[in-house]
Amino acid sequence: MSDQPVDYHPMWAELGLDLPMHDALLEAVGGMYGATFMSQTNRPEGMGYLDFVMSEVHGLRIKELHDFRKAGGKVVGTYCLYVPEELIRAAGAWSVGICAGAEWAYDEVEQILPRNTCALIKSMVGFKLGKVCPYLEEADLLIGETTCDGKKKAYEELGKLQNLHVLELPQMKREKDLAFWRSELVDLVATLEELTGKKVTAESLKVAIKEVNDKRRALQRVNAARAADPAPISGLDSLLAVQVAFYDDVPRFTQMMNALADELEKRAADGVGAAAKGAKRVLITGTPMALPNWKLHELVEKAGGVVVGEEMCTGSRYYEKLVDEDATTIDEMLDGIAAKYLDINCACFTPNEGRIDDVIRMAKELGADGVIDYSLQFCGLYEIESTSVDAAVREADLPVLKITTDYSAEDVGQLATRIEAFLEML
Amino acid sequence: MRVLGLDIGSRSVDAVWVEDGRIVDWAVADSGFDPGSAAAVFVDRGAHDAIVSTGYGRHGARERFGGTAVTEITAYGVGAARLFPHASSVLDIGGQDTKVISLGPGGKVTDFEMNDKCAAGTGKFLEVMARALGFTLEEMAEQGIAASTGVSISSMCTVFAESEVTGLVHRGEDRSRIARGLHESIAKRTLGSLKRVRAQGPLVFAGGVAKNPAMVALISEGFAGEVLVPAEAQIVGAYGAALSFER
Ligand code: SF4
Ligand code: SF4
Repeated sequence: MSDQPVDYHPMWAELGLDLPMHDALLEAVGGMYGATFMSQTNRPEGMGYLDFVMSEVHGLRIKELHDFRKAGGKVVGTYCLYVPEELIRAAGAWSVGICAGAEWAYDEVEQILPRNTCALIKSMVGFKLGKVCPYLEEADLLIGETTCDGKKKAYEELGKLQNLHVLELPQMKREKDLAFWRSELVDLVATLEELTGKKVTAESLKVAIKEVNDKRRALQRVNAARAADPAPISGLDSLLAVQVAFYDDVPRFTQMMNALADELEKRAADGVGAAAKGAKRVLITGTPMALPNWKLHELVEKAGGVVVGEEMCTGSRYYEKLVDEDATTIDEMLDGIAAKYLDINCACFTPNEGRIDDVIRMAKELGADGVIDYSLQFCGLYEIESTSVDAAVREADLPVLKITTDYSAEDVGQLATRIEAFLEML
Repeated sequence: MRVLGLDIGSRSVDAVWVEDGRIVDWAVADSGFDPGSAAAVFVDRGAHDAIVSTGYGRHGARERFGGTAVTEITAYGVGAARLFPHASSVLDIGGQDTKVISLGPGGKVTDFEMNDKCAAGTGKFLEVMARALGFTLEEMAEQGIAASTGVSISSMCTVFAESEVTGLVHRGEDRSRIARGLHESIAKRTLGSLKRVRAQGPLVFAGGVAKNPAMVALISEGFAGEVLVPAEAQIVGAYGAALSFER
C-alpha cells in the first residue's frame, strides 16, 4: 500500500455515481464507523481486516469488481438470503449483497413508495434513485424475490431502472413447495448462464458449494466463540463480519474469518474478553440489519451489555445451515441447494415455528440472559410474528424486550432508556 | 450512610435523602430551563455521602455530580416495592411520560412499557386540556368526578385533542362531561398498557398525576386488582434511586 490514498473518483464517475452526494455518504458512513467501532476497547486483532475492508468499502472492493467486469466477468446483486450464492458463482459470476441499511434520498423514494414502507425497502430504492451505491451500478443483474409484499412491489419499480430477475419464493414448506422452488432455481441457472455465457457444470457447482460452505463454517466458528464469558468479541464486530460476508471476496474472507476464529478461540480459552466478564448477554432476533445499520447493537453495548448472537438474516440464518456436499450430479446438487435454502426460517413463511426453536436454542447455547426482538417499523410479517416468538421466549423463562424502530436517530434517547432498563432487569 | 436520590425529569427535579432505607428528607423543584442547576441546589446542601441519579437527566447528573445512575424503570420498581412490599405492579404518570412496570417476587422488574415519545395521556396533556376548558387542574378533576357520563374524546394527541375540546366547548357541550371524557380516555389508554405487561394487583400508582383524584378513581375502577397511591407519589423515583445504592 502506498501512503498516498488512491483517488477513486474517476472510477465512481465512470459508474455514473452522483459524486457530491456520494462523497457526503462516504463521509457520513466513515464518521459513523469511527464513532461506533473504533471507540470500542479490547477488540480482537483480527478485526483489523474488517476495519480495512470497511475503509475501502467503495474503494478497493469496487476496483476488484470493476477489473473483474472489464475482464469480462459479471456481477450479480442480491437482496435476500434466499438467493443461492452457489449458483451465481458456479455460473462464473460474483455475488454481492446490496446493503440498504441507511436512510437515503427518502424524498425521492416517497414519490414512488408510500411513507409507511419499511426502512429496508425505502433504502433499497433510495440508493438506486440517489445514485450513490457503486455495488448497484456494478451489478449486471439484480435478483429479487417474492418474499414480503413491500419488496415484491418495490422490485417492480427497481426493475424499471435495472436488469432484474425475480425468483418466486413459496410461502409454505411442503413437498410441492420444495419442488416448485427447485424449478425456480433451474430457471435462475438458465438466466445466469445466459448472462455469463458459461455453463453451470457439476464441477463448477461442486466447487461453489464447497467455497460458500467454507465461508459459513468460518462464520460458525467466529460465532460459536461468543458463547464464552467474557465474550471474546463484541456484538458489533460480529455483526459486521456477517454484513461484510455478503460482498467480500469469498476465499479471502473465509481465510480471514478462520484466522479471526483462531484468535477468538484462544481468547476464550485465556478468558480474554471484548466485554467485561459478567456483562449482561443479549440475543437479538428479528429483521435483518443491513450495512451500515448498527443502531441496536451500539445501544446495547454502550449501555454495558454485550450482544452474543443474532437470529436474523445478518446472523445465524446466514451461516448456520450448510448445503449437502456429497452430491455428485447437478440434479442432486440442485436438490441440496433447494432444500437448504427453503429451510431458512423467515417470517415470510407460514407457519414459521422453526424460528422459535432457533431463538430458544441459540439463547441456551450462547448463555443469553435476555432476548431483544427487533423489527423494522412497518414490517407486518415480523411485527405480527413477535406475538408468538415473544410468548415462547417468556415461556422458556427468558425476559424479552420488543423494539420496533427504523434507521433514523430520532428515537435513540428513548431506546437507550428502554435498553438500559432491560439490562438492569436481567 | 446517607444517600441522595435524584430524579431529574423534564418537569421537575425530585430529591430524596435516605438513611437505612428510610426517607430523612425530600424536596422538589421545577426543572426550568436547566434541570442540572436545579439539582445542583440539592447536591450543594452537602447532606449526603453518595448520589444515585435517575430520570431522563440521569447521565448528565452522573457526569456532573458523580455517583451512579439507574433508569426510571428500575428506580420506580425499587421505590414502589419498598413502600408496598406486596405490590405486583407500578404505574407512573409523570409530566411528560408514562410507564407501567410488572414486578416479580422481591420487587424485581419482570416487564415494562414506557411512552416518552409524546405527551399523550400525561400530566402535560391534562394541563393543556384544563386550559382549553378554562379550569384549573383541580377543578377539572373535581368536575370530572362530578359528571356521571363523559363525552368521548377521539384523539389522544395533545394538539388534536385540544382543538377537539375547543370545538366541543364552542358547540355548547357540558364542560364537566368533557372533563370526565378526557380523564376516561387517559385511563383507557393506561389500562391498555397495564394489560400488555400483564400487570397484576396490587398496583402502585405513582407520579404527579397520581395526585389527581379523578385519575385515581378511574384507574381503580378499571383495574382488576387493588390500587395503592403513596402519600408522596411524586418522589417514588428518587426514593427508589437512593435505595438502588445498596443493590
Ligand atoms: S428477512 Fe426474509 S425476506 Fe428479509 S432478507 Fe431475510 S429471508 Fe429475505
Ligand atoms: S423487514 Fe419486513 S417489510 Fe422490510 S423487507 Fe424485510 S420482510 Fe419486507
